[in-house]
Amino acid sequence: MNGTNHKHAIELVNLTKRYKKVEALKGINLHVKEGELFAYLGPNGSGKTTTIKILVGLTKATSGRAFLNGYDVDADPIHAKRQCGYVPQTINLDHELTVFHNLDIHGRLFHMERGKRRDRIIFLLNYIGLLDRIKSPVKELSGGMKRRVMIARALLHEPKILFLDEPTVGLDPAIRRKIWALIKKIQMDGTTIFLTTHYIEEAEFLADRVAFLSEGTLITVGKPKELINSLGQWALDTVENEQMKTLYFRTQEEAKKHAVLHPGPFSIRRANLEDIFISLTGRKVAP
Amino acid sequence: MRGWTAVYYREILILKTKIFRQLASMSVMPLLYIVAFGYGLGNDVTVHGVPYLAFLIPGLAAMSSMIQGFNIASEINIARFYWRVFEEFQVAPIHSIAYVTGEVLFGITKALMGVSIITGMAWLFGTRLSYNFYFWTAMILNAFLFASLAVSLAMLVKSHADQALLVNFVITPMGFLGGTFFPVEKMPHWVQIILKYLPITHAAKAMRAAALGKQPDMQPYIVLSSIGLVLFLCALFCVGKARD
Repeated sequence: MNGTNHKHAIELVNLTKRYKKVEALKGINLHVKEGELFAYLGPNGSGKTTTIKILVGLTKATSGRAFLNGYDVDADPIHAKRQCGYVPQTINLDHELTVFHNLDIHGRLFHMERGKRRDRIIFLLNYIGLLDRIKSPVKELSGGMKRRVMIARALLHEPKILFLDEPTVGLDPAIRRKIWALIKKIQMDGTTIFLTTHYIEEAEFLADRVAFLSEGTLITVGKPKELINSLGQWALDTVENEQMKTLYFRTQEEAKKHAVLHPGPFSIRRANLEDIFISLTGRKVAP
Repeated sequence: MRGWTAVYYREILILKTKIFRQLASMSVMPLLYIVAFGYGLGNDVTVHGVPYLAFLIPGLAAMSSMIQGFNIASEINIARFYWRVFEEFQVAPIHSIAYVTGEVLFGITKALMGVSIITGMAWLFGTRLSYNFYFWTAMILNAFLFASLAVSLAMLVKSHADQALLVNFVITPMGFLGGTFFPVEKMPHWVQIILKYLPITHAAKAMRAAALGKQPDMQPYIVLSSIGLVLFLCALFCVGKARD
């Protein structure tokens, strides 16, 4: 496959990764369409970050293939890397350097011309609302600002695909919502986004489609609404023999009718993606 | 090769933010050695008919180029384990040779700064030597060699603590034994055989000969170039392997 003959922005074909005795990925098959915002969900250690690391070239797959806009990440890494921007989970900016210099180094690494680099830095800092901090050393920025600078840096070379690995981890709810708005804006401007998170509400708010990963295996893929509808839109939580039990219903009325049959405490709420994951694996996504 | 300028530029920008600290730190060690060994031993001490300070300065320059060249390993480790900036280079569309070239050139730059400080100090202390083409060539080859070694080892170590061990067990002994402070010929025969295999011995020999205005012997240059090239290739391999 080459870059000119592709159907999907991201394609994984029977992808596996083994770290000594641990099988981190067990044959993942997946595709993400151009312009899609795709959320990759799973608990810690399920293989989310490993998948992204293979796609951006930070680690090699043990077997299988991965393509970015048709470019094989292993056979043609230089072209594949040009297709994507990557925002890692941990802040990896040069704290002693200014915001401008952090972005400028990235532009140089992606062989951007001087004039274009400068224009794009100004455009992106304006885009993320940090143009006034262009000369500030990164160490003077807040956590949310650093995260936005990292997103701007990843977008500098105009990638067609953006990888966001837990983009809002450790941020307070207000800042998180700001980042969500920014992510939506980036998608609306035509960038394909592949996002990992274990914040269920983040995936529900942002994603066109979600995939659930558990212990290196892909459990299910689908649109959030369709997945929830398949289970039932309403959840009834009850306690039986000191055990929490959840039942799902298509309507709130059905749930209420069923609730009165239970002698113990209960609550009725809207079902969410967490319920899908629990019903499939018996485990929670969030730690 | 494209992209090496970005790697080099980043290192220079970081150096700029702490330039005065760096220059002060580069000056302390040679100043102590010049005062302690040069003046402490007195002006009457000579080695092979050369005043000890004139003998010492090229040795110090060889040691400094080794230390400054090798010190980039610590900075690479900080970037790798602490700031995690190394990932930025790994996800960029550049080949390993661009990364290694940028880092090695930075090591050479730091070595040039360190050795310039020593030659300046020697001048201030009244020791006039010949810093000619052969002197600087040997210095650059030595820095190239140790900067390449630094990149290789920085990719192999698993933590910053491992890096300190390498300095203690490899660099410090080489700095003291490789003909920097005393002539290798004074050592027992079996030690001389071991020292012959250390690159710093060859660097000190070539730089001292050049600084004292002697006819250059090409052998140390060939040894330094050959080992440097092998270590540069090792660095390329290690950077490639760091992905796994």
